[in-house]
Amino acid sequence: MDDKRELLDLLLRDARESPEDIARQTGLDAAAVETLIAELEAEGVVRGYQAVVDWDRVDEEHVQAQLELNVELDRETGYEEIARRIAKFPEVSSLRLVSGDFDFAVDVEGKSMHDVSQFVSERIAPIPEVTQTVTHFVMETYKERGIEMGDTDEDDRLTFSP
Amino acid sequence: MNRHLSTRARETPPSGIRRFFEVAEEMDDVISLGVGEPDFSAPWAARTAAIDSLERGRTSYTSNRGRRDLREAIADRVERYDQYYDPDDEILVTSGASEAVDLAMRALVDPGDAVAVPEPSYISYTPTVSFAGGDPLPVRTRAEEEFALRYEDLERAGAADAETLVLCYPNNPTGAVMSEDGLAEVAEFVEEHDLFVLSDEIYAALRYEDEHTSIATLPGMRERTVVFNGFSKAYAMTGFRLGYALGPPEVIGAMNRIHQYTMLSAPTTAQYAAIEAIKACDDAVEEMRRAYDRRRRFVISRFNELGMDCFEAKGAFYVFPKCPPGWEDDEAFAEALLQEEQVALVPGRVFGESGEGHLRVSYATGMNELKAALNRIESFLRE
Repeated sequence: MDDKRELLDLLLRDARESPEDIARQTGLDAAAVETLIAELEAEGVVRGYQAVVDWDRVDEEHVQAQLELNVELDRETGYEEIARRIAKFPEVSSLRLVSGDFDFAVDVEGKSMHDVSQFVSERIAPIPEVTQTVTHFVMETYKERGIEMGDTDEDDRLTFSP
Repeated sequence: MNRHLSTRARETPPSGIRRFFEVAEEMDDVISLGVGEPDFSAPWAARTAAIDSLERGRTSYTSNRGRRDLREAIADRVERYDQYYDPDDEILVTSGASEAVDLAMRALVDPGDAVAVPEPSYISYTPTVSFAGGDPLPVRTRAEEEFALRYEDLERAGAADAETLVLCYPNNPTGAVMSEDGLAEVAEFVEEHDLFVLSDEIYAALRYEDEHTSIATLPGMRERTVVFNGFSKAYAMTGFRLGYALGPPEVIGAMNRIHQYTMLSAPTTAQYAAIEAIKACDDAVEEMRRAYDRRRRFVISRFNELGMDCFEAKGAFYVFPKCPPGWEDDEAFAEALLQEEQVALVPGRVFGESGEGHLRVSYATGMNELKAALNRIESFLRE
């Protein structure tokens, strides 16, 4: 496996690993790790680093919704133009063009259901190319970006074993 | 009461890690690197196969030898190590590789027979030799040789007079592996002195630099070797208790005769899970192997940085560093580390005299715990 791919695996698992610890795991030296990470960032492969948050454990209201969007294209306006416009909204945390019954899958976040509804009805629905919106409020998150939510599993192995 | 106990039971010492276990159990916030089992759960596909078998009510005994489709799957699987065994009479499915070891000892060892056991060794070999009435003959291996077994080691220990030789590579507790050339040297000794070999290859799938070679594939060795393997380590299925033995029909037949009066057959649910593990879980095994490999590099590098000499173990999920300078006694070091920093390591002497001055460190533990444990060891050494 090439070094960059291995580095991506490690960063996907824990982006906070220090270059020294990554070096110890991969056999590269720390300077080489830093160079490779800089290259991945410069190439636009690594776009950023974020925490995976269990909002149920945060003491403030946080609402997430998944939006299905259907759009109508014309000669001047393609998916790209519409996507660029929608992606600018800070309420939109992810935006994907998908195959199937609708065109865009949009993740929206807000402080309340009212916020999110208002955002959809006042900002998204009025976009001329948007023909239909369906909003699904997230009721519970069980897994996010590969990380399971809920109670942390205790290690129930014996302290020592053969 | 004691007079009712058999001499064998009375004379069997408790496992050397027992005392540490009891101390550690009383403490909070212990990070244990003493665990000889994967920290992963069994692949989901294997678990669903177990659930499915229960839902369908498949709860009866199986053939003593194990389900035929499982034996066929095992035969297909071991071909990756160039081993060819007939599912009809050369494969026995057991309740863990541990049962297979015990059966082989009882099938092959007569009272008074010497059984050569290279040290440091997995803690069960010596007692199972004794249970079978045999005399364990320790064969010391050396840290300078990365604990690989050499012809001279066997010669020096007087293994020429032994009936049987136990091998465990990749090794618990050292993580040592044997090269094909190294195995050929051992095979030469075995043939010269007409020994039979019990080769525990439970960690065969966990090799990090090159492919595993089984001694049974070397010329002349197949007919004088029983190979043990199982699902505990590679597939993280320790609790399923499923292993197997591969060997010549006469030996497997003899093992099965004992097995059919004691265990009868391996757990049925586990056998269904194992079939699925073999058929559908290669990717999961590879993912776990890669995770172990990263951790292995990390711990070796950290121990060497801390001045605890650690050779580059290339298999299983253990490393075997030396005690740091100033600490001769591995047991005293492990005890002090446990008391002061709540890090649990296993003293090397538990695995035989040649393990003295070393520590067994399992890296079958998450990276965060490994990092924290090594940081605690570092602060212990600084004090």
